[in-house]
Amino acid sequence: MSRLLDSNLQNQIREHLSPMKESITIVLFTKSEPCETCNETKQLLSEIAELSDKITFVEKDLKADQALAKEYGITLTPSFVMLDHTGSYRGVKFNGIPAGHEINSFLSAILDMSGLDYGFSPELIERIKKISKPVNIKVFVTLSCPHCPGAVQNAHRLAMLNQNIEGEMIEAQTFYELSTKYKVSGVPKIVINDKIELVGNQPIESYMKQLEAL
Amino acid sequence: MFQFALEKGKSSSLFDTTPKWDFLIIGGGPAGFNAALYAKRKGLQVGLITSEVGGQLHNTSTVDNYLGIQWIEGKDLSNAFFDHINTLEVPILKDVHVLGIEKQGFDFLVSVSDGKQLLTKTILLATGGAPRQLGIPGENKYANKGVSYCTTCDAPFFKGKHIVVAGGGNSAAEAVLDLVPWASQITVVHRSQWRADNILLEKHQSVPHLTVHLQTEIKEVLGDEFMTGLRVFHKDTQTEEIITADGLFIEIGTVPKNNLVKDFVAVNERGEIIVDDNQSTSEPGIYAAGDVTHQPYKQIIIAAAEGAKAALAVNQYLIHQYKGA
Repeated sequence: MSRLLDSNLQNQIREHLSPMKESITIVLFTKSEPCETCNETKQLLSEIAELSDKITFVEKDLKADQALAKEYGITLTPSFVMLDHTGSYRGVKFNGIPAGHEINSFLSAILDMSGLDYGFSPELIERIKKISKPVNIKVFVTLSCPHCPGAVQNAHRLAMLNQNIEGEMIEAQTFYELSTKYKVSGVPKIVINDKIELVGNQPIESYMKQLEAL
Repeated sequence: MFQFALEKGKSSSLFDTTPKWDFLIIGGGPAGFNAALYAKRKGLQVGLITSEVGGQLHNTSTVDNYLGIQWIEGKDLSNAFFDHINTLEVPILKDVHVLGIEKQGFDFLVSVSDGKQLLTKTILLATGGAPRQLGIPGENKYANKGVSYCTTCDAPFFKGKHIVVAGGGNSAAEAVLDLVPWASQITVVHRSQWRADNILLEKHQSVPHLTVHLQTEIKEVLGDEFMTGLRVFHKDTQTEEIITADGLFIEIGTVPKNNLVKDFVAVNERGEIIVDDNQSTSEPGIYAAGDVTHQPYKQIIIAAAEGAKAALAVNQYLIHQYKGA
């Protein structure tokens, strides 16, 4: 298969990733049976990992490595999580290939997970850390949606700041059945704990309003 | 396959260290980008703040009326603008919202959602517009349950479905073309006559299963859990009709995003910021460009040109009129 990233893009991404502080690990789950976009996702992640010596890429099989999949709450393929430099899962998950506009939420998550400051005020960080109930944030996206990466980025940043919070991107076309289950017909669609729905790319304050009311 | 919005270097950290800016641009669409380009070339200490790089360009699938470029995807044109600005290393503060603007002597204090407080001599409002709503019963109830304001985002959910496009301008005409790969049936409903360019309407000739209702108003979005149809009124025959449809894509223009300044610069009855020939607002030192202004033609090239004018005017203002230190 030819490379997904040409040399120009490689250079741009290499430069973009250069401020990474700590190393991170990306753990991708695929399966041997027919899997839409598994190969493409694997190729994209491995090509990105080649662009920084601070990124380790690991591929796992959903069935063969089911204990690990269970630990990360992975049931779909392709899905991947990002681990911090200590190997800890911090609630950052992507279901489906982060191509199209989602390449931006993917690269942003890499930088954030490496320990780069993402500009939240100390007051906001304090409020996020106070969330004590378990929170799952699903962000349904399409790859042609320019407003979606911002919503994914917010969900992931909340997750990174609080172990009670998990944020997951769900590429709606790949996981059509899941999208149908959650009645997705417009994106980004944000679903908190499977019951609260937010529509559109919401500022972090909108997330906080919902999370603090849980 | 990828739509990057990557910033070069770490110039955004200048937002932490610059005590006072010459020129802060709010908005990352064509007007803001071009203003940044012109201001940087003049040597101004310029920064750009945006919640979303690309602005409304990202809601446009294809652009074929920007001089010198025969055809380009909206997101690619946005990336080209962004790359151009990046080569000049204009500091960009992304993914943040401006919460407020306050006058401080001869300067302005800009409060940003990440907690930053930025002092600047001049400001450009290039905040663009948000999708205009029809304002009819059922529209909010069925938002994201059939009703959409972003064709490029949501079209994939309507494969094999009947979609109604509301509007008669270029955006509506383009939405029809964008929906062709997905929808099995497309109906346009518009309250008056087409205002779209002929070149787009000619392309409609080859769109299968397209029905157009002009002089027709949408009165209500109908449905149960999801939208199931529309109640429309044909003005020419003075009759009502229920159109059964799965989706309504609303493309009837924009409302100006003026909430930062509507109380201290002059706006017209539509809320658009009134500017003079130099893009200056009623408040000295505050400029506006692009779709947020009162100029009637909301076009990419016009927004970009206004951004350039604003930057050049700001340069003159700083040399000849600015009274601060």
